[in-house]
Amino acid sequence: MTRQARYRIAVIVGALVLLEVLCRIGTIDRLTMPPPSRIALDLWVMLRSGSMAGAMLKTLTNVAIAFIAAVLSGVALGVFLHGLRAVRETLDPLFATYYAIPVFAFYPLLIILFGLGDTPQIVIGYMLAVVAVIVNTLNGLDRVTPVLLRTARIYRMGPVKTALKVTLPCAAPHLLTGVKLALAYAFIGIVGAEFLMSQTGMGFEISFAYNNFDNAVMYPLIVLIIALATAINMTLTHLEKALLRRRGYQ
Amino acid sequence: MTGASRGGARNSLVLVVSLVLAWQLLYAFVGDKALTSPLGTVRYLLALLATDAFWLNIAETARAFASALAIAIVLGLLIGFAFGINRFWGEVMEPMLVALYSIPKITLYPIVLLAFGIGMPAKIAFGVIHGIVPVAIFTISAVRNVRPVLVKTGRLFRLGPWRTVRKLLFPAALPEIFTGIRLGFSLTLIGTLLGEMFGSQRGLGYLLMTAIGLQNIQVIMAVTLLLVVFAATVSTILLRIDRHLHRRAT
Repeated sequence: MTRQARYRIAVIVGALVLLEVLCRIGTIDRLTMPPPSRIALDLWVMLRSGSMAGAMLKTLTNVAIAFIAAVLSGVALGVFLHGLRAVRETLDPLFATYYAIPVFAFYPLLIILFGLGDTPQIVIGYMLAVVAVIVNTLNGLDRVTPVLLRTARIYRMGPVKTALKVTLPCAAPHLLTGVKLALAYAFIGIVGAEFLMSQTGMGFEISFAYNNFDNAVMYPLIVLIIALATAINMTLTHLEKALLRRRGYQ
Repeated sequence: MTGASRGGARNSLVLVVSLVLAWQLLYAFVGDKALTSPLGTVRYLLALLATDAFWLNIAETARAFASALAIAIVLGLLIGFAFGINRFWGEVMEPMLVALYSIPKITLYPIVLLAFGIGMPAKIAFGVIHGIVPVAIFTISAVRNVRPVLVKTGRLFRLGPWRTVRKLLFPAALPEIFTGIRLGFSLTLIGTLLGEMFGSQRGLGYLLMTAIGLQNIQVIMAVTLLLVVFAATVSTILLRIDRHLHRRAT
């Protein structure tokens, strides 16, 4: 472990201890936040009882749907746009400013259009995720060396076969960056939408617990979601680095 | 105007026209129940803009957003310079900031509400939480990448720490810092609006959420349009300045 990582753990542990002390001596009152040790205990009880299993399954299923749809259609759209220069150039300003647009502002409209079920949440997750996949697919395809394309032509591969056998594998590191972002964004989109207005899922349970002043449920859930998101991200970042190393970067 | 930016302007124009056409087609397809037409939405927005009540909501959101952005930039720059100059602590803290970037921060909102109470301070705090991360991350990396010869020159001229930052580090790091501020702008806006969509009694986000209950599709479409046009316009301008700064620096 590097010295930096040891210090990082020390900072996190230090912050937790400080919070614990502040909560115990009453600087932070109980109604605002229970001590971290108490939250950990509540989380353990919650996970063992399985009371949140349904909500967790719901959220993860919706994240998976939005994520898979975004990756599949994003890669396909990326390959498609890469071949159409004019369309791509027209869409460039959209891609450049897309993440500046508050996508959640569309949530009320989606609720009116699709009703208050899973669909508006999945659409929000998808909308946030898909553009990251498209942009990174285009980025990756731009960096495919021409000699590979010529080789594909010599083997008389069609466009679909060229994409599947040559260009996409070659662009894999960039694709993985897109996939990583897509997962993070799908998660943010689904949980955010659940939190704002919905009837199920972990985001909903957090806002429900907040409205009932139920800190024994709210804080463990928040910790759980943050831990889940961080674990997923760290795994994908690790994969990305391993792939880049194998390709001889760094 | 250079050839590239003229091409960019033409692309933006084609894009906007195509989006409006797509909207009109969708409207023709799904009808009055689910959507309002582009023209109808603009008309309704203009009618809203003629009322005082609507301006009160705009002013509320604008105040929260402007305060949050100012705090996010100042704190982000402070954190960025502190951890950019001190390389070791920068390496300790940066992964934590990156992790904060990719978690669903909306789950932290109940904690913010419990800490600040419902109202202006909570909205501002939530905007800051979103916006501060990109400003800090980009500033850290910008300051770290300033050419060592510049810092040595500064030492040679016996510049104090404050003047080293002001005369050397800041100008040299400005292009990258500006990219961080540009992303910070977008995220602060998203954070402020999310803050208003949950647990708020004023502002554009609040207006959007209450319109769901009233099934008021006109208000939803008009407010969403206003927000999208504002975000896209400012972000396009910031992107132009950003590219100009980067071109000048190389």
